[in-house]
Amino acid sequence: MKEFFSKYFLMRKLQAGVAWKKMKRSKMCYAFLAPYAILFTMFFVFPVVASIYYSFTYYNILEPPRFLGLQNYIALILEDDIFLTSIKNTFMIAIITGPLGYIMSFLFAWLINELPRWVRSVAVIVFYAPSIAGNCYVIFSVFFRGDAYGYVNAFLMNIGIIDTPILWFINPTYMLPICMLVILWMSLGTGFLSFVAGLQGIDKSQYEAGYMDGVKNRWQELWFITLPNMKPMLMFGAVMSITQAFGVCDVTMALCGYPSTDYAARTIVTHLFDYGFTRFEMGYACAIATILFLIMILCNKAIQSLLRRVGT
Amino acid sequence: MSKKRKEKVQEYHKPLVKKRKPNRSVAGDIFLYLFLLLVAFVMAFPIIYAVSSALKPLDELFKFPPTIYPRNPTLDNFSDLFVTMGKSWVTFSRYLFNTVFITAVGTAGHLIIASMGAFVLAKYEFPGGQTFFKLVTVAMMFTGYVTQIPNYLILNKLGWIDTYWAIVIPAFASPMGLFLMKQFMEGLPTALIEAAKIDGASEWRVFWNIVMPNVKPAWMTLIIFSVQGLWNNKASTYIYSEEKKTLVYALQQIQAGGIARTGQGAAVLVVVMIVPIAIFIFSESQILETMASSGLKD
Repeated sequence: MKEFFSKYFLMRKLQAGVAWKKMKRSKMCYAFLAPYAILFTMFFVFPVVASIYYSFTYYNILEPPRFLGLQNYIALILEDDIFLTSIKNTFMIAIITGPLGYIMSFLFAWLINELPRWVRSVAVIVFYAPSIAGNCYVIFSVFFRGDAYGYVNAFLMNIGIIDTPILWFINPTYMLPICMLVILWMSLGTGFLSFVAGLQGIDKSQYEAGYMDGVKNRWQELWFITLPNMKPMLMFGAVMSITQAFGVCDVTMALCGYPSTDYAARTIVTHLFDYGFTRFEMGYACAIATILFLIMILCNKAIQSLLRRVGT
Repeated sequence: MSKKRKEKVQEYHKPLVKKRKPNRSVAGDIFLYLFLLLVAFVMAFPIIYAVSSALKPLDELFKFPPTIYPRNPTLDNFSDLFVTMGKSWVTFSRYLFNTVFITAVGTAGHLIIASMGAFVLAKYEFPGGQTFFKLVTVAMMFTGYVTQIPNYLILNKLGWIDTYWAIVIPAFASPMGLFLMKQFMEGLPTALIEAAKIDGASEWRVFWNIVMPNVKPAWMTLIIFSVQGLWNNKASTYIYSEEKKTLVYALQQIQAGGIARTGQGAAVLVVVMIVPIAIFIFSESQILETMASSGLKD
């Protein structure tokens, strides 16, 4: 046993020596990476760690953090009804807009793939523009204005479906569906670009080989040739969709107000803002952030293992 | 005959009617085109509406049924914008300068720093490199909101709260840029770098004079993503002095002015969205070229 350990440690020592020499040789690499690595650690890695640490404390910036153990998490889950509402809303939005947006991205990328070149580039601009148009989504508040002058209300009243105007952004029944609509409108984003580019890059001869081997229709082409070729892009697109779907807050805050009626449009991120930057309960807010972080990472891992099976 | 000219000639001699692909029916294609046209209209409508509202004079703004095209287009809303903003003690041009400054500096720094990191990650093997890259891909999996509170505390410690740096410096480290740049640089032939080294170029020269000019398509991609994030940055959590706030923030102030400001609100919407969209239109093919290597392999 002793001999085994001494051998093991000797080996580790040698390995460490080799690694050290390699590191010394590649000093230049570290020098190049250093600016990015330092900033990345400072603003991405360290905050996640700090967030987990603060989530176990009571911290309000003025006083030094006081250790609480799991109390923040217990309070969040057992006592904070609004947090449960926000979780429910976020999941509703994520479950509907995430997959739907993802499928839309792929579907439209796939449909425009065979258009002539210039039509395709116009189509890409039209489909991609909403997601980079900044605040343009506030224009939806004009369409869905709550009085009889809002276009949607006026239209519905003219054809006789409703007789009093609907308060779209004040009535909790309509808030989330409309927000989802707006989010879907903006969902052809980075993932969509990746799909468009990926589809262009598929080797054409594979399709010809497919025709020889008896691929009969579009759908078989899609499943047996296109999708397996697109796997890396599909993974990338999934990451983008999930990140976006769980991070919703801008749209709901701009359209439904902050806070919204009955907290009907509150998402996890809005809740986080409320506690972090309005009430300055940083420890509690960090607990929310940590939960959101875990949800996102787990969801990503689950979807990735699912996508690995595509086309096999 | 030059190569380009040859291609042009070949283009000219192509048969006018192309052979149809198998597995496609004419009816299906027509249906598809109509469907896409409809969807494109729905997608474009809010944007078109925003642009046309910005061009409408006051009496047309509230007309019902709404007209898509303004009958007497004016630029009044845009000039009113300057007048309204001119009355506030922070002028429109100052908000614009803030946004432009944050966007320009943040994007330039991000481009250089992320490219430097991507270059060594893509082209050299060194201990820790792969692990670091994995970490960066994990960082793409959660939104920036998760880290916002600790970020605030860090920026506070550094004394950067209420300065431009609070927005600019964290933007340098955006994981997406490094990821895309690294994936794209992997496609560069290693022989190119080795040849330059044999000729006696230093590492920095290889990076700056050989690698960077060859990854121009990826530049545009990093620029569009960075600009899109920074140009739309409200910056209200990190910056509280009025004279350092951004254009998007001012936009929200104007829109809060209610119905009387509808036209001006639409004008600011146009000002805010025109920049990212214009950059995208001008660099679409380069961006798509980069995105072709964006796949996430495991």
